[in-house]
Amino acid sequence: MALLVLLLMGLMLTGGAYALFTTSSTAKAEEYSASDIDGGKKLFVSNCATCHGAGAQGTPNGPSLIGVGASAVDFQVGTGRMPLQASGPQAPVKKAQFSDDQIKQLSAYVASLGPGPSIPDSEYLDASKGDAAAGGGLFRTNCAMCHNVVGAGGALTRGKYAPNLQQVSEKHLYEAMQTGPQNMPIFNDANLTPEQKRDVISYVRTVSETPSPGGFKLGALGPVAEGLFVWFFGLAAVIGITVWLTARSK
Amino acid sequence: MSSNQHSGSTAGELEVVNGFENPGLPEHKPRITDVEPAAEKVAERQIAAWFLLSMVGTIWFIVSYFLFPLDGQIGSVRMQNTMLGIGLTVALFSIGIGIILWAKTLITDAEVSEDRHSIPGSEEDQAIAIEIFNQAKNESGIARRPLIRNMLIAAVAIAPLPAILVLRDLGPLPGNKMFETLWGPGVRLCKDTGGVPSVETPIKASDVTIGSAFHVIPEGMNKSEDPLNEKAKAAVLLMRVDPEQLNTKPERESWQVDGIVAYSKICTHVGCPVALYEHQTHHLLCPCHQSTFDVTNHCKVIFGPAKRPLPQLPIKVDSDGYLVAQRDFTEPVGPSFWEVHTRETESR
Amino acid sequence: MSTDLNAPPALAATSKWIEERTGASAAVKEFGRKIFPAHWSFMLGEVALYSFIVLVLSGTFLTLWFHPAMGETHYEGPWTPLKGVEVSEAYASTLYISFEVRGGLFLRQIHHWAALLFMAALSIHALRIFFTGAYRKPREVNWIVGVGLVAMGMAAGFTGYSLPDDLLSGNGLRIIDGLLKSIPLIGTYLSFFLFGGEFPGTDIVSRLYSVHIMIVPALLIALIGVHLMFVVIHKHTQWPGAGHTEKNVVGEPVLPTFAAKGGGFFFMIFGLLSAMAGLFTINPIWNYGPYDPSPVSAGTQPDWYIGWMDGFLRLLPGWMEFYVFGYPISLNIFPALLAAAVLFGGMVVWPFIEAWISGDRREHHILDRPRNAPTRTALGVAVIIWYCAMWAAASGDLIAVFFHMSLNDMIYVFRTLFFVGPVIGYIVTKRICIGLQRKDREIALHGFESGEIIRLPHGEYQERHKPLDEHERWRLTAFQTPSYVPAQPDARGKVSGAEKARAALSKFFYEDRVEPVTKAELDEAHAAHAVEGHGSTGELEH
Repeated sequence: MALLVLLLMGLMLTGGAYALFTTSSTAKAEEYSASDIDGGKKLFVSNCATCHGAGAQGTPNGPSLIGVGASAVDFQVGTGRMPLQASGPQAPVKKAQFSDDQIKQLSAYVASLGPGPSIPDSEYLDASKGDAAAGGGLFRTNCAMCHNVVGAGGALTRGKYAPNLQQVSEKHLYEAMQTGPQNMPIFNDANLTPEQKRDVISYVRTVSETPSPGGFKLGALGPVAEGLFVWFFGLAAVIGITVWLTARSK
Repeated sequence: MSSNQHSGSTAGELEVVNGFENPGLPEHKPRITDVEPAAEKVAERQIAAWFLLSMVGTIWFIVSYFLFPLDGQIGSVRMQNTMLGIGLTVALFSIGIGIILWAKTLITDAEVSEDRHSIPGSEEDQAIAIEIFNQAKNESGIARRPLIRNMLIAAVAIAPLPAILVLRDLGPLPGNKMFETLWGPGVRLCKDTGGVPSVETPIKASDVTIGSAFHVIPEGMNKSEDPLNEKAKAAVLLMRVDPEQLNTKPERESWQVDGIVAYSKICTHVGCPVALYEHQTHHLLCPCHQSTFDVTNHCKVIFGPAKRPLPQLPIKVDSDGYLVAQRDFTEPVGPSFWEVHTRETESR
Repeated sequence: MSTDLNAPPALAATSKWIEERTGASAAVKEFGRKIFPAHWSFMLGEVALYSFIVLVLSGTFLTLWFHPAMGETHYEGPWTPLKGVEVSEAYASTLYISFEVRGGLFLRQIHHWAALLFMAALSIHALRIFFTGAYRKPREVNWIVGVGLVAMGMAAGFTGYSLPDDLLSGNGLRIIDGLLKSIPLIGTYLSFFLFGGEFPGTDIVSRLYSVHIMIVPALLIALIGVHLMFVVIHKHTQWPGAGHTEKNVVGEPVLPTFAAKGGGFFFMIFGLLSAMAGLFTINPIWNYGPYDPSPVSAGTQPDWYIGWMDGFLRLLPGWMEFYVFGYPISLNIFPALLAAAVLFGGMVVWPFIEAWISGDRREHHILDRPRNAPTRTALGVAVIIWYCAMWAAASGDLIAVFFHMSLNDMIYVFRTLFFVGPVIGYIVTKRICIGLQRKDREIALHGFESGEIIRLPHGEYQERHKPLDEHERWRLTAFQTPSYVPAQPDARGKVSGAEKARAALSKFFYEDRVEPVTKAELDEAHAAHAVEGHGSTGELEH
């Protein structure tokens, strides 16, 4: 039974329904041509329709994508999470299966089905324009409990997890906040304004890219990693020294 | 005690165990440095080299202190820390290796045996100790004069009381503090921006879309006397769930606004912020000890060490469309404590 | 010493000056040729001692810049992700030490690494003492002092961890607050008295500071002094071996060999800690941010030596909290404090319990090889597994992420291990010990297996056994172990209840027992070898 629930939750990946309630999305919409939409539709039918239905209206195996917007598609397909390869607690990141053009076509098609968050404007993706300190405060309050204070990732219930953010691109960070993939809450523009999202991105970039002042950072996982290190490196070295020290020389 | 350089069995007789006789210490085998002057010379030079290396390390530390200044950039901190670390490591580790090599190769390595002494003193000494105590007893009359002895004991026994008494002012008595938070009728729910900048932005009901999670503080918290103390009790998580999915108790029907619910963020286990909201499963997970609460069932505990559900904050929409509290929490937030059920929380 | 004719005149004059004022020659005579046995496992306590010296040195430097205060200030330093953020003075000064005092970060890191190593070294030192039976008479008091050192070490570590007032340690303090509040009747008051009012208040850092830099270190130094004094009084234990007896101690004299090795070892430990501090980040409080009661980070854990208590908190299910007349009995929380009392209390009484069960009141200066005390060794392993189940549970979330497993399943696994692990560990360890003892018997009686197969004249194949020399044989045979002593009547001919309990425990402890080889058995085996060419295996007595 628990397994069944797990599987179902795994399959409800993009969570389409919420987008119907999305009220505000200030990021500027990208222009899509009719041929983009047509190309996207073809890709959709052959790659996504099995689970999401021929018209993206959803099936028991996959949620409706009507109204999830281009942003959700760009995130899910762009990070390789979709198409899903195997069911599990959560869709893992993998190598993107489609080219950037194909992703654009898919986004165009899904965006044409109903209004939803569009691809973020590059204005809000420029980490250098953000305020890392303000972003840090927002990150600790809104993100750190799942993703860890420097975005090293963490566990959620029943095999789900919040992924490491340190290698995630600015665009995908923004889209994740905007669309709330999988079990992540949605941070709409009233909750975190586009400027605040940029601050968060700026914080993540700063802490991921600044070398750790103290030396190797041991995964930035905190006291557990430090404890393991002191037992398996520190104490092992100490015992090595004691053995050498007390051994009789020839 | 024995201070012989080389001895097999100076230490008393060797006992017999299980019928076997103790064969005594094995014969000492000389080291290569004991017999070959050339090897001894090499060892000596090696040891000297380690001490020399140590001095290089110390000098490197001093040079690094100036050569790798802290220029206000974080990269410089790492550079300096690493260089100072390497300098001190070389300085200290080399001294250590040098001394130990000295001990291992040049200082005699013959094992020496030392007798153990019996731990209790000799009977004579013990008798003297008893005698001294008896003498003291008699001379002081401590046994013969119970009045002053007992008065002394009583006086010494109560003398530390002032020290304990002074500790009374370590803190105030709890009073009603555990039952009151800043929430009250009409207090607006504001976004928690993590203290930087500490602008309190009130939240409109229309801002909270399905799947959203807002981290919330009461309006005016930053201007209160002890903002952190207040925040430690008043922090709230605001979520919007499809009303269809909420199993609302009839008496709490009016505590939510169209599926927008507010729950205390402070874990009822030991008080960590419970903030890991999964918007599809509607589970709230505490990252410290994994207590899991079900938002659709009034945050009752579905896993982990917590017992009490997270207290719900009754909310409504004010005339400007902002979310406000109807009243304070109806029960204390945070970990269970002895008096948790002793009084009703204030309804201001 | 003043009479040393070979010393240079200046040295002679100096030692004469000192001698006439201090009588130091008596101390030199007493300690100068004291014997310390050389074995790597005897150096572990020194690691703790040297780490402690490094802690005192580096900690003294840190106090020069640290401000133990919780007043509000705004951070203005080189760490841009915190620029302008409202922080406490304690947190700001810790960042100042890290980024603006030259060598400050190094001092912080060496202090913290030394603390972790101190506790790790204390732990394995204590395990060495336990598994070799070194706590037996006359060393029981020193064992208790050692338990006190572990407890004080934990106190020192936790108070230090909490000083920077960062998000991680603040959440740690919040857990302490929750633990205190769960204590029946007085919990709320304890919490208000510790924090000077409501959590977090503005007093806790300065209070922990005085505990951390004065009270606990003073106690640690006092206990270390007593501990070392007892080592001098008792002299060191030694492993069983040829020439080693209960009445002697064989090893290296303090001057010059042991002093040189110990001194060199100090520098090597200090050097190792320097390397760790220079190359590996520890407790990057700039990442955690200032303490704020609302945020928390994924993977919020205490330092490793507190981890087992935190893990225990995770394992306790919520239903263990119940209400009596409306008052909570939070058995889901405060047993974490009781667990510490059980562990330390158990360690304190253990030497006396064992002596009571075995009836062995003799002094012991020769150590037990762990296999020769199978029940003790097995119990020790059971406690280690019990501890490790809790310890690992404290990192269950990280293990789950790392191995792509469910966090919830990890809790179930560790709950099971908590109960089942010690039992399995006990049984397996005891079997292994008895197996090793039998192997020892076999070797003592028949020699080492040489791997050479020979064919006897009547066609039988046999492995040739190499006989032991008497030194090797002594190591395998020269020990005595307690055996089961049935309940004994007292002077009035009655068997008391306590005596019956003792006898039951004695049966549990010593019934399964492999007898050490005796000379008579060996002679018999040799005679049998001479006749048949092979012998029988050691029998397990019941």
